[in-house]
Amino acid sequence: MASKEALAVAKKQGTLMYQIKKNKECYLMLAPYFILFFLFTVLPVLMSIALSFTYFNMLEWPTFNGWNNYIKLFLEDDIFLISLKNTLIFAVVTGPVSYLLCLLFAWIINEFSSKIRTVLTLIFYAPSICGNAYMVWSLILSGDRYGYLNGILLKLGVINEQKLWMQDAKFILPCLIVVQLWLSLGTGFLSFIAGLQTVDKSMYEAAALDGVKNRWQELWYVTLPAMKPQLMFGAVMQITQSFAVADISIQLAGNPSVNYAGATVVTHLLDYGSTRFDMGYASAIATVLFLLMVGTNKLVQKLLGRVGE
Amino acid sequence: MAKTASYKKKYRFFKPREKKLNRSMAGNTLLFVIMAICGFFMALPLVMIVNNCLKPLDELYQFPPKILVRNPTLENFTDLFTIMNDSWVPFSRYILNTIIITGFGTVGHVILASLAAYPLAKHEFPGKKLLFNMVVLSMMFSWTVTQIPNYMIISWLGINNNYLALILPACSYGMGLYLMKQFMEQLPTSLMESARLDGASEFQIFWKIVMPNVKPAWLTLAIFQFQQMWGNTGSMFLRDEQLKPMQFALQQISAGGTARAGAAAAVTFVIAAVPIIFFLLCQSNVLETMTTSGMKE
Repeated sequence: MASKEALAVAKKQGTLMYQIKKNKECYLMLAPYFILFFLFTVLPVLMSIALSFTYFNMLEWPTFNGWNNYIKLFLEDDIFLISLKNTLIFAVVTGPVSYLLCLLFAWIINEFSSKIRTVLTLIFYAPSICGNAYMVWSLILSGDRYGYLNGILLKLGVINEQKLWMQDAKFILPCLIVVQLWLSLGTGFLSFIAGLQTVDKSMYEAAALDGVKNRWQELWYVTLPAMKPQLMFGAVMQITQSFAVADISIQLAGNPSVNYAGATVVTHLLDYGSTRFDMGYASAIATVLFLLMVGTNKLVQKLLGRVGE
Repeated sequence: MAKTASYKKKYRFFKPREKKLNRSMAGNTLLFVIMAICGFFMALPLVMIVNNCLKPLDELYQFPPKILVRNPTLENFTDLFTIMNDSWVPFSRYILNTIIITGFGTVGHVILASLAAYPLAKHEFPGKKLLFNMVVLSMMFSWTVTQIPNYMIISWLGINNNYLALILPACSYGMGLYLMKQFMEQLPTSLMESARLDGASEFQIFWKIVMPNVKPAWLTLAIFQFQQMWGNTGSMFLRDEQLKPMQFALQQISAGGTARAGAAAAVTFVIAAVPIIFFLLCQSNVLETMTTSGMKE
């Protein structure tokens, strides 16, 4: 008899309604954020995806045109393919390198005493905080003899005449990659620094007893596994940054750049969205980029699962 | 004897040795050299902004351009103040607008995102995975194309030309929730269990136990969000001049052309200096919390 009652209770506890009622407080805490999130993020994203199947010039009501935008994107738009290739190169190089740099610098900075740490953090974070900081690079990479890079290389005799760094298709992408790396100690970097503060100090002592001999082993076996949540966060931020590069390309190389050598998916998107007012096509580009990032994210999260093993 | 010891402790570059295991002197030196070289390149924009705002007009237009200033002057700032005083809307009004928009946008986002992050990190309930995944994925959609739908939604809600048009969307950015959730996940569950046994409600646990323990996280989030809000000109949603933030007014000044190049350099300095001051205030607190966070599972 008692077991029957227990079964009934268990059944009741298994139902969805019961689960929702039990966690009423949770839903209350979620509500304010998620109401705004649905209104201002989810809804606009869904509308954009819907717009990607239309022709929409922002003046007239959008007209449905099926898969046409996507077909045009992959079959007719050569510049899109160039920009896609550039973006992939960009992401494959700057993504991992800048991720490791963020981690490395955050970890090194953490070794210093607290005052110096604050100053170093500021210096390394400076390019991200000073709005248009990359304009320094237009001085460095300037194409005449007075550009700093040209000046130094001429003096050292590495080159015989000045190079047009931002006008020569050969140099544009590598230069942009360097600038992006320099700029990239942002969100991920600061979250790593904060993450390092949360690692339990007693774990280092325990690890030393267990035979961890130097700081590198300590990093791999203790620090990194302890800050895995931050590593995951940093990876997502890195992906969103390195796939969405556009500003520096437009500012330094122009849009369109020479031979489209600096074109990225987002510069292409901006070209259609804000210059040609073809919002349907721009939305299709955004959707493709979105899928690309989602796929990359899946892959990266899997890799990060192996840290410290 | 004791005095010299404390003296040494205060001026040592690295943390006191007795606290650090597994550290070699050679390694320390190597790291210091690496940081010095990289630091030089990273500090360039700071150096340039500070130098530019001290340059007299002829040096700003010098060719070839030099990074360092020769004859520093504060002329640019007096120029800037004169222009500010002449502005059609009193400049204090712009400052007030910025305080409202940046203040509510930052505090609101930190609180709402943390509040929602707590159940996502520490509770099991139907829909949890779905909600969290949506937040992470939302960060990957280009904001350039969502701007138009966003504009339509804000018009439907009737909050166009209102501070809320900037504040409400800012409260729901995805990054903050993700960041807070990741940090809260690291908290030992035992911490919350004992409070629950003492009869604390979930909200009390969140406010009195979770938030103080993830202080580095929400201070970091505040830095990001402040920077984001500070850079917002509001030009898309705010039509009335009286509602626009300082960033807008400053950019108007620096767009004044050659005659205002000096004031523009001062503007660049101000635009960068405010988030840097905020950053320094928060960051030193992030680093302080480390001494207190020695919790065990």
